[in-house]
Amino acid sequence: MDLIEARFRLAWWGFTLDINERLPGSGVTAVYGHSGSGKTTLLRCIAGLERTRGGFLSFKGEVWQDAGSWVPTHRRPLGYVFQEASLFSHLTVLGNLRYGQRRADSPRSQKEDRFGLEHAIELLGIGHLLKRKPDGLSGGERQRVGIARALAVNPRVLLLDEPLAALDLARKQEILPYLERLHDELAIPALYVSHAPDEVARLADHLVVMDQGQVLASGPLNETLARLDLPIRLGEEAGVVVDGRVVEHDDIWHLLRVQSCGASLWVRDTGAPIGRRVRVRILARDVSIARVPLEGSSILNTLRARVTSLGDDSHPALSLVKMDADGSAILARVTRRSAEQLGLCPGSSVWIQIKAVALL
Amino acid sequence: MLLSESDLASILLTLRVASVTTVILFVVGTPIAWWLARTGSRWKGPVGAIVALPLVLPPSVLGFYLLVAMGPNGPVGYLTQSLGLGLLPFTFWGLVVGSVLYSLPFMVQPVQNAFEAVGERPLEVAATLRASQLDAFFTVAVPLSLPGFVTAGILTFAHTVGEFGVVLMIGGNIPGVTRVASVQIYDHVEAIEYSDAHRLAAILLVFSFLVLLALYAGRPNRRKV
Repeated sequence: MDLIEARFRLAWWGFTLDINERLPGSGVTAVYGHSGSGKTTLLRCIAGLERTRGGFLSFKGEVWQDAGSWVPTHRRPLGYVFQEASLFSHLTVLGNLRYGQRRADSPRSQKEDRFGLEHAIELLGIGHLLKRKPDGLSGGERQRVGIARALAVNPRVLLLDEPLAALDLARKQEILPYLERLHDELAIPALYVSHAPDEVARLADHLVVMDQGQVLASGPLNETLARLDLPIRLGEEAGVVVDGRVVEHDDIWHLLRVQSCGASLWVRDTGAPIGRRVRVRILARDVSIARVPLEGSSILNTLRARVTSLGDDSHPALSLVKMDADGSAILARVTRRSAEQLGLCPGSSVWIQIKAVALL
Repeated sequence: MLLSESDLASILLTLRVASVTTVILFVVGTPIAWWLARTGSRWKGPVGAIVALPLVLPPSVLGFYLLVAMGPNGPVGYLTQSLGLGLLPFTFWGLVVGSVLYSLPFMVQPVQNAFEAVGERPLEVAATLRASQLDAFFTVAVPLSLPGFVTAGILTFAHTVGEFGVVLMIGGNIPGVTRVASVQIYDHVEAIEYSDAHRLAAILLVFSFLVLLALYAGRPNRRKV
């Protein structure tokens, strides 16, 4: 069973957590919600830092908590990144990294699949900091050490509690590429708690949306964002995030061709090398629908899709159309009148034009 | 300035009592401080108050109760006699027991404050890094609280050196056994040997000042950016 199964019920003064979820055992699962929605509490319950009465938690078939058993935090094979890096100030950076690594090393752990200290140091780019004390590091450096320290215990699941929330925008931009590398290279599942739409859009494979201690929606990122029954927004606007791969540079027009949704999307050239896996964000308001391919348009990105469902939008004049483009869900916002005139219904074959595609 | 043999003996005895008391209090006081710093129990208040009692209680009161308790008809006296240890009053170890109680708050309070300042988070971090609670206590909580331990050790030692009332009540005045420096000074004054009293008093004054100087000057500057 490649899953984390969690059932927690917890009532504090003015706050209730009620969770019954199966989380995927691979990829990055973003736990997204406002502050106070219970996402950090959920993470702490999974780590065993919070103990609930009568909860249940199993990780890939191993029971960590049920009515009769409780595995204490230090026996759970997890790595935890706290919001503030919380480095041990009495140890050097290397001392911090080795603190967990030494304790996690057991004769039983296989040498081959160990996520070594060196690998963690290299991945987070902190080789030059090892002899320093945490007090002398910048906020961004500290958090990179915190992440490397969690990786150095060779965890089987990585839990990250808003690792970027305490940092300013510049520091955030400094760390995000490392987290993206982690996402690409890490074989273990990660739970990433965040209230920042851009982090979720860039890092998540699965999305769990929380509100008032409960899970509102849960599923693969693209599908969950495209749900019409329960509009999930990353930030202000409805839209989806799709995966693609850079296949061509157009040096004359400074564009990149990204293979995605069974078609080519042209985006502004950001210098991403050919072959790089990228993510693009497509907002519903930037997508228009036609029954025939349009000639003589300024819009570069046109692709074929099939309507899967129609739903209401924020205003009675508008509707959201959910379409399938070679397996990826795309949302379009059109007026109800246009939908009617085009005769859109589930199964309609359409051409969609995307006015703006943002490379994440 | 030569010290008489009995003065020297009283100073050495004082240092011995203070050292033994400090070592015992590190062992006894640390768990109490740990518990007080982390418990949510309703007993935290009463226990904290009992620990702080020697701060406000006249030493003679503490000494009186100890004398009664450790005496031949007191509960502690019964216990020590049945264990074949004899009676504690007017012995070195009786003095140590009194000093331990008398100096308890000077050990517990700085250490408790230090533990509270460390907070829960580093221990949670340690748990996620595979450290058991005991492991985390010794490798995270204690090193992070080290300044508090140093303060507590110095204060406990110095405070024990400075005690008088409790010693007089339960130790009496037996040369080489319970006659510590403060009692020796009292004796000199009673016997109108003012020059002897001066010498010993000056030594204690200088010692106390140096201890406090070390404490205040050695404290790391917290106004760090």
